[in-house]
Amino acid sequence: MTAVEAIGSSLGDDSAVRRRDDSPVLRMSETEAAALGDVPAEHGDTRMLVNMGPQHPSTHGVLRLMLEMEAETVLRSKPVVGYLHTGMEKTGETLTYLQGATNVTRMDYASPLFNELAFSMAVETLLEIDVPERAVWIRMLMSELNRISSHLLFQATNGLDMGAVSAMIYGWRLREDTLRLFEKITGLRMNHNYIRPGGVAADLPDGWRDDLLRLTDALPDKVDEFDTLLTGQPIWRERLQGVGIVNAAECLALGLTGPLLRSTGYDWDLRRDMPYLAYDEVEFDVLVGTYGDCFDRYAIRLNEIRESLHLVRQILDKMPGGDYRIQDKKVTPPPRARIDQSMEALIHHFKIFTEGFKVPEGEAYAAVESPRGELGCYIVSDGGPKPYRLHMRGPSFVNLQVLPHMMANTLLADTVAIISSVDPIMGEVDR
Amino acid sequence: MTDESSDEEEQAEATAPESVHGAPVTSSRGQKVLHPDRDSYVEVVGALRADGYVMCVDVTAVDYLLDPARDLPPGVEPQRFEVVTSLINHAERSRVRIRVQVPDDDPVLPTLFDEYPGTEAMERETYDMFGIVFDGHPDMSRILMPEDWEGHPLRKDYGVGTVPVQFKAPEART
Repeated sequence: MTAVEAIGSSLGDDSAVRRRDDSPVLRMSETEAAALGDVPAEHGDTRMLVNMGPQHPSTHGVLRLMLEMEAETVLRSKPVVGYLHTGMEKTGETLTYLQGATNVTRMDYASPLFNELAFSMAVETLLEIDVPERAVWIRMLMSELNRISSHLLFQATNGLDMGAVSAMIYGWRLREDTLRLFEKITGLRMNHNYIRPGGVAADLPDGWRDDLLRLTDALPDKVDEFDTLLTGQPIWRERLQGVGIVNAAECLALGLTGPLLRSTGYDWDLRRDMPYLAYDEVEFDVLVGTYGDCFDRYAIRLNEIRESLHLVRQILDKMPGGDYRIQDKKVTPPPRARIDQSMEALIHHFKIFTEGFKVPEGEAYAAVESPRGELGCYIVSDGGPKPYRLHMRGPSFVNLQVLPHMMANTLLADTVAIISSVDPIMGEVDR
Repeated sequence: MTDESSDEEEQAEATAPESVHGAPVTSSRGQKVLHPDRDSYVEVVGALRADGYVMCVDVTAVDYLLDPARDLPPGVEPQRFEVVTSLINHAERSRVRIRVQVPDDDPVLPTLFDEYPGTEAMERETYDMFGIVFDGHPDMSRILMPEDWEGHPLRKDYGVGTVPVQFKAPEART
């Protein structure tokens, strides 16, 4: 029986899910927690409420945890989020579809291009347009590069959380290489606003192929260094193996996606199973784990870097020529050179950038496989130039719900490993 | 982009007397949408779960205060709020979206927590942003805004909020 079959047979029985759902989540408000401080504990009651974060180096930004502890053991816990909430969905309603990409790109700031991609795909579904082939492949190239940089960032922060500080230096240094490439292609290291409804902002710059080849030639050896440094290392294994275990039935019940779901052996990747862009024209493997523990998630992310590199090489070979954005005058501003020659082109340019283009009435949902799981974008259009409602389904926000389940009855020291292995990006959680 | 007429044809096709588990089905840009009423909402979702929709991907809402006109199948009365739930079927590789009308004067909907425990955070967010209460939810509290916040920011009658911009230099202090 393969892992998937084993899980399949346990899917029907959801008693395991229900049982673990009752207890480990601490459902307590601030006010109740504050009032609890004044009540003297009953004799023999050694439980205490410990606050972790939001300013804690290992809680990845501004995640805060309320932990109910008995000595060193975590009993129940509650992730408290919202410290980074800036109302980006509300802001999205005041920006045109062209400006929208600049807004959404700031949500998951470790993989900004995926936000832009999900947003653009939702808008294009509403417009019922197809982007040119070259734009599709450029988008795919950028997505995979972004997956590499995001997973490298994970290797860095995960190493730091575990006390392997050298891994942090290695990870950040390698990520820097991909960011430099992003800067060359998009003009910005982060928050690119590169993928826009209708295509991408600009064609790939001169010499991109050489730069990319330099990166893909150098990266595999450097990624292997993580294996040398961490994978076989006894302390590393002790810290991660058997920690933060989750099974597939729990993942499905809690809506978990991405490496978290795959670490349980459940074989699901949107790129392969519900292909978007041109993922059905390239070859790649979907990596799954076996035990659903922190080590599996570390290993999956490390190997997804290699798989993405494999994809990048294929994209390099297959990159088609042609337009990098759709030549639909309703959506695309005229080329820069035309503006100098034609009054109409100038007016057209001005109209698109001030008023924006109108999107037919309706609603649509588009989803992509971001490094953290299913990143979805739901847009309702009232026929005007701005979304009537813009909603982003952030994988980190949903994935965070697993923390209390993973942390129940583990040691406080393991909570750090667990948070790290979920790899939440708070910008996306709070939006 | 398609012109209006072909869009209408599509709509006419989609609004043919088709239904899944008693809920009318429409198609929005090729995506399957179900329109159950409030009473049958949990029942329909439960039936879909039995059909193999193993995961609830998303729960959110839309406030149609400023844009009451929208495409709904006959027999579905438009209300101010609409709760939008997305489910996914891994075996058949398909998605389905469920839109439920929720009236302004009684913004209550039964929770999906018993079907999909993962809706806990998403329903809390919907409550926080729209003030829609999910009946039977284990912890119906705010999640993104502070606990003592007043109002529900994503409602259309809640202002965007602006910071005044100063175009002149302030007068020198005496």
